[in-house]
Amino acid sequence: MSTANHGNTHSVRHHAHHYESAEHEHQSSKEGVWVFLCTEILMFGGLFVAYAIFHHLFPETFKIGSKFTDVRYGATNTVVLLFSSLTMALGIYYCQIKDQKKAVIALSITILCGFIFMGIKYLEYSHKIHLGLLPGDWYAGNADMIASEIGNLKLPENIGLYFSFYFMMTGIHGIHVLIGMGLIGWVLIRTMRGEFGPNYYTPVEGVGLFWHLVDLVWIYLFPLLYLVE
Amino acid sequence: MASTGAHGEHNYLNHQKGIWSWLTSLDHKRIGIMYFITVMIFFLVGGLFALAIRTELWSTGETIMTAETYARVMTYHGAVMVFLVIIPGIPAFLGNFFLPMQIGAKDVAFPRLNLMSWYCLLLGAGVALLSLLYGGADTGWTFYTPYSIKHAPAVICMALGVFIAGFSSILTGLNFVVTTHKLRAPGMTMNRIPLFVWALYSTAIIQVLATPVLAITVVLLAAENIFGIGFFDPALGGDPVLFQHFFWFYSHPAVYIMILPAFGVISELITTFARKTIFGYTAIAYSSLAIAAVSFFVWGHHMFVSGQSEFAGVVFSFLTMLVGVPTAIKLFNWIATLYKGSINLASPMLFALGFMFLFTIGGVTGIFLATVATDVHFHDTYFVVAHFHYVMVGGTLMAIMGGIYYWFPKMFGKLCNDAWARISFVFIFVGFNVTFYPQFVLGSLGMPRRYFDYLPEYEHLNKVSTIGSYLIGIGFVVALITIIHGLLKGKPAGPNPWGAKTLEWQTSSPPPHENFHTTPIVTAGPYEYR
Amino acid sequence: MKLKPRLFAGLLAAVGAVVAGSTAMASTFMPPAVTSTAAEVDKIYAFLLIASLISFIILIGGMFYFVYKYQRRSATDKTAYISHNYTLEFLWSFIPFLIFMFVFVWGWKVYHDMRNVPADALEVHVMAKKWDWRFLYKSGKEVVAGLDDKGQKTPATMVVPVGRPVKLIMGSEKISANSTDPTDRPVLHSFYLPAARVKQDIVPGRYTMLWFNIEKPGDYWVFCTEFCGSGHSAMKAMVKAVPMPEFEAWLASEGGGALTLADQGKALFAAKACVGCHSADGSRVVGPTFKGLWGSNRTFDGGGSAKADENYIRESILNPNAHIVATFPKGVMPAYAGQLSDDEVNAIIEFIKTLK
Repeated sequence: MSTANHGNTHSVRHHAHHYESAEHEHQSSKEGVWVFLCTEILMFGGLFVAYAIFHHLFPETFKIGSKFTDVRYGATNTVVLLFSSLTMALGIYYCQIKDQKKAVIALSITILCGFIFMGIKYLEYSHKIHLGLLPGDWYAGNADMIASEIGNLKLPENIGLYFSFYFMMTGIHGIHVLIGMGLIGWVLIRTMRGEFGPNYYTPVEGVGLFWHLVDLVWIYLFPLLYLVE
Repeated sequence: MASTGAHGEHNYLNHQKGIWSWLTSLDHKRIGIMYFITVMIFFLVGGLFALAIRTELWSTGETIMTAETYARVMTYHGAVMVFLVIIPGIPAFLGNFFLPMQIGAKDVAFPRLNLMSWYCLLLGAGVALLSLLYGGADTGWTFYTPYSIKHAPAVICMALGVFIAGFSSILTGLNFVVTTHKLRAPGMTMNRIPLFVWALYSTAIIQVLATPVLAITVVLLAAENIFGIGFFDPALGGDPVLFQHFFWFYSHPAVYIMILPAFGVISELITTFARKTIFGYTAIAYSSLAIAAVSFFVWGHHMFVSGQSEFAGVVFSFLTMLVGVPTAIKLFNWIATLYKGSINLASPMLFALGFMFLFTIGGVTGIFLATVATDVHFHDTYFVVAHFHYVMVGGTLMAIMGGIYYWFPKMFGKLCNDAWARISFVFIFVGFNVTFYPQFVLGSLGMPRRYFDYLPEYEHLNKVSTIGSYLIGIGFVVALITIIHGLLKGKPAGPNPWGAKTLEWQTSSPPPHENFHTTPIVTAGPYEYR
Repeated sequence: MKLKPRLFAGLLAAVGAVVAGSTAMASTFMPPAVTSTAAEVDKIYAFLLIASLISFIILIGGMFYFVYKYQRRSATDKTAYISHNYTLEFLWSFIPFLIFMFVFVWGWKVYHDMRNVPADALEVHVMAKKWDWRFLYKSGKEVVAGLDDKGQKTPATMVVPVGRPVKLIMGSEKISANSTDPTDRPVLHSFYLPAARVKQDIVPGRYTMLWFNIEKPGDYWVFCTEFCGSGHSAMKAMVKAVPMPEFEAWLASEGGGALTLADQGKALFAAKACVGCHSADGSRVVGPTFKGLWGSNRTFDGGGSAKADENYIRESILNPNAHIVATFPKGVMPAYAGQLSDDEVNAIIEFIKTLK
C-alpha cells in the first residue's frame, strides 16, 4: 500500500495491490468521493430542513434577521467561490495534461479565493459580534448600534434564533471551506512535486469535487441568508 | 493442501509481527479482528451496565443505587450498546473480515479509511466516556430535548462522541458500497454475491445516507448546550419535537443498520448447516434493499404520542406495516430452505435457529407497535423494551454469536469446542427468554420504561426478569471461555470445516495476507449444493 | 407434503386451544379496561395476539419439524436443489400484507376515535413538572400532591365523573414558576392512564390534548412515560372516577369556592391591558375582538388560516406577531412571553372560551 502514492512515476503508476489497474483504482476512488459527497448533502440537508421549518414558523424573525446580512459581502463571496470553482476545474485539467506550472497557478488562485472568502467572513462575523448579534441565548444586541444599522425596527423576541441559523450554517460551511483549502494545499504540494499526470490525478479530482460541493452549498446559503426576506 | 493452522504457513496473522503492525495494519482482516476485540470490550461494559440495571430492579425502591445513578447507568447501557456494540458489531467486525473474501477481493476499496474508521470509533468512545468525568449524562441514549439542554459538559461530550463514532460508521459504509461495486472477482456478478454481502450492501447504503443526519443532529444538540441556539428549545421558539424527528430520521434506519447484517449472517448459516441452496435468493437479496429503502420513511412511528398530527401518525403506521412484508419474506424463505436439507445442529446453527425463534417474536410484536391504536398503550412501556431487545439481542446478538462460532475456524484456523459453544447457546437462549418475555407482560400491564422504581404488583415479573439476565451473563462468560480456549488450545480447523460453498472457505485458514493464493474465478451462484 | 387426517385434526385442535387460550390471556395481560376505547384497543390486541401465535406456530413449528425430519444422517448427504417457488413466495408475501393492512385500518379507526374529543367533554387543565402533577378545574379548584398521616407523599388525584368524556389540556411547567435558574426549565412528560389505554406526551411551549370516558368507578394510576430525570418513576398521579352527583359535591367542596378560571381571565383581561385593544362585545378596536373568537376560523395576512383553539390563542398571546389576522395591523401588540404565567394564560383562554 505504501507504494501507492510515492515517487515520481510520471507515466506508469503503481496501483494499490487490491486493484487490477490504475484506471480501476481511479474509478473506485472517484466513486468513493461521490458517495462521501452524498453524506455531505444529507448533513447540510438537515440544516436546510430546519431552516425551512423555522422560516415557516417565524417569518418575521427571518425577515428582520436578514436585514443584518450585507448582500454586498454575500455577493462578493459568491463570485469569489464561483471563480474558485473555475480555477479548481482548470487545476484538474492542467494536472491531467501535466502542465505543472499552470496547474500550480490555478490551484494557488483557488486557495487564495478561499482566503478571500474567509477574510470576508471574518469581517462579517466580527461586525455581528461587535453588535452583539449572537446565536440564541448569547444574543446581546446593542440597541443603539442596531438602530443605526437597520433603523428603528422592532426586533422579534426570538431574533437570536436567526443568528443561530446564520452562525450554524455559515460556520459549518466555513469549516468545510477551511478543510477544502487544506486539501487543496495538499494536492498543490504534490503537484509541485510533479506527482500528477495523465495517468494519475485522482486526489486533485477528488478534492476538486469536494470544493465544488462546498461551492454548491454556498450557492444555496447565499439566497437563504442574504436575499430571502 | 492448506490443512494446518498458524504453524509455519504464511497467513495474515503472522504476516507481520508486533502490536504496532496491528495498530497500523491496512489489512481488512486485521482491522476486523481489532474491531472484534474492541466491540467485545464495549459489549462487556454495556453488559455490566445491563446487569446493574436488572439488579436495581430486583425489588421496589432503592436496591443497590440511587435514582440519579440509575438514570446514568441506563443512559450508558443504551448508548454503549447501540453506538459502540450493535451498530459496528456485524458490519465492522464480521463484515470487514468477510465481505472482501466473499466477493473474491484482496481488500476493501479504501484500506486507510478502514483503519481510520476504527480509530474514529475508539476516539468517539473516548470522548463520550469523558462525560463520566463531568458526572455522567443522564438523558437516556435518545438525548431528548429539552431535558438534554442543560448546558452540561457531560451531554456535550456524549454528543461529540456520537458524532465522531458516526464517522466510523460512515467510512465503513462508504468502503462497503465501493468495494461491492468495484472489487468483485471475475465472474462474481451482482446476482452471485452471497446474501451476507447483499445484507451488508443494503446496510452500507443506510449508513451512508442516514448517519450524516445524526451527525448534524448531535452537532446541533452540542451547539444547543454550548450556545443555546434554540432550535430545540421552546424558550426561544424552538421545537423539542423537531429533535425527535431529526433523531429518529437517523435512529430508525439505524435499527436496520443493526438487524440487516444479522439477516445476512443467518442466510449464510442456514445454507451451510442445511447444506442446501438458499430458497428464494432473489427475494432475500431484494427484500434487504426494500427494507433499506422503506426504513427512511417510518421514523414517525416512534412519535405516535409525541403530539404529531393524526394524519402523520396514520401515514407512518401504514409505512411501518410495509416493512413487515420483506421481513416476513425472509423468515419464510429461511424456513423453506430447511425443507429437505441435511441439517447439522452445530453451535452456529443453534444460534441461527435461536435467532429465528426470537426474531419471530420480535417481529410479530413489532406489528403490535406499528398498529397505531395499540401503540398508544404500549409506547414507552416495557413492551417496547422487550420488543427491541428481542430484535436487537435476540436478533443481532444471536447472529453475532452464531457468526463468531461459524467463522472462528476461518479467522484463526482453529476449532472451538462445539459442546461448550452449545452450552453457551442454551444459557443465552433460555436466559434471554426468561429476561425479556416477562417484560412483554409488564409492558402490557402498564409499567413504563426507564423506571427506577415501580408499583409492588410488578415485582414478581421483575424478579423473574432479573434472574434471566444473570443466566444470559453466565452464557456469555461460557462463550468467552470457549472462544479463548479455542484460540489457545483449539484443534486445527482445515480450510473448510463446515463444508460451506462461499469463497472465503475456498482459501486456507487462517487466510493468507492477500486472502487468496490465486484470484478466484466465479462461475456459479454462492450456494451450489448439488 | 400430505397431511394425515389425524395429524390434521390434531393441528386444528391445537390451533383452537391456542385461540381460546390467548383470548383468555389477552384480558389477563392488560389492566382492566374501564373505557369503551380501551375495550376496542383490547380487541385489536387479542386479534394480534392470536394472529401472532398462529404465525409463530406455523413458522417456528415448521422450523422444528424440518430440523427434526431432515437431520444430517451422514457427512455426504445429498439435498434437494430447490431455488425458488414463485407461487409460494407470492402467497407468503401477500397474505401477511393483507393481514397487516387489515390491522392497520382497524388501528387507524380506533386511533381516530382516540384523537377526536367529544364536544360535550368536561375540561381539566393538567400541568406537569419535575416531578409532579397539578390538575386545574374550570371552577378554579386545584388539586396537587399531598402528604398522608405518616408523612408519605400521596399522589395528586384527579376526580372525574363516571360516564362523561373528560378532556385534558396539558402543559409542562418549571419546578418553580418564579425560578430564574437556567437549569430549571420545563421538559417533556407524558400522561399515561393504562386503564384507559391512552397516552399523550406533554410538550413544553404548547398544549397537547387527551380525552377519556371512564365507565367504571374506581381509582386508576397515572404514570409519566417520558423520561424526565431521576424522579421520573415517582411522578405518579391518580384518576378517581365517581358518580356525577358525588363529583359535583366534591367540586363544590373545600377549595372549590375560588374564582373560576374564566373570572380570573376576565380580571387579567383588564389588569394586563388586553382591553385596550381587544373588545369583549364584538366591536373592532385595534385588534380582533374576543367575542366569537373561540373555535372560529382565522385567515392570516399573507395567506394561511387556522382554527382558534388553545394552541392558537396561546401563541397569539405569547408571540403575537407569528400570525396576524388579515386586515389587522402588524407589530403592534407586545409579546407576552415571560410576562404571563402558564396559569394566567390558561385563565385568559378560559375567559375567551366563554365569549361565545
